[in-house]
Amino acid sequence: MSEMDDMDEGSGIIKKFMFLNRKAPHGTVYALEGLEVVLITAAFDQDVSMVFTDDGVYQLIKGVDTKGIEVKDFSKTYRALDGYDIEKLYVDQKSMDARGLTEEDLIVDVTVLSVDEMANLMAEQDIVISF
Amino acid sequence: MQFGILINEGPYTHQASDTAFLFARSAIEKGHTVPRVFFYHDGVNNSTRLATPPQDDRNVSARWSKLAAEHGVELVVCVAAAQRRGITDDVLAPGYRISGLGQLVEMGIQYDRLVTFGD
Repeated sequence: MSEMDDMDEGSGIIKKFMFLNRKAPHGTVYALEGLEVVLITAAFDQDVSMVFTDDGVYQLIKGVDTKGIEVKDFSKTYRALDGYDIEKLYVDQKSMDARGLTEEDLIVDVTVLSVDEMANLMAEQDIVISF
Repeated sequence: MQFGILINEGPYTHQASDTAFLFARSAIEKGHTVPRVFFYHDGVNNSTRLATPPQDDRNVSARWSKLAAEHGVELVVCVAAAQRRGITDDVLAPGYRISGLGQLVEMGIQYDRLVTFGD
């Protein structure tokens, strides 16, 4: 059985899905398995936004090397997201500041949002899923 | 109202599945429907029939099975997450089935609310 078996719902309904990535890329499986859901949601032609906040901002950091911890490096997937028409990537300004990060440190182009802007964006969504 | 439920944590270590169960039961008692519960991440570990908790403790897996049988709730376990964790058709408790992530996305599209239980 593949992930694609139950696709093609064909309902024509498009909802706004936000994926809130809050955790570091390694240490727990949430970031890796969360990405799977994001890709499937895009395959359903839904309106997808990804937000990176708290330690989740580390998911986008340049220079990841996982050899030492012997786990898969999936950071390339973030760079391939535009191929799935996932172009709405947002990071939380406060989370970046708290970790001494700037947009220059990230592997993809993002929109940096203040807490208030983030709250407004969240309020516009139909579905918010947090990983 | 139709509620979809997403459970992201395994039983006993974490309260997510218990809280989700109490939420689902209460929603149904209030006249709402819970057509589907989706188990993801370590949440797939809720689906095993092999667990034998002490008699004076709740049986997390079994009470989901009972709710499913009584109220037509689908218990869907993510195939990719299940395969990582050794959950196969052979170990599923009654009422659970293994399927793809599309079943999760469908809940978001079709139901009035999608409620997540986890960290």
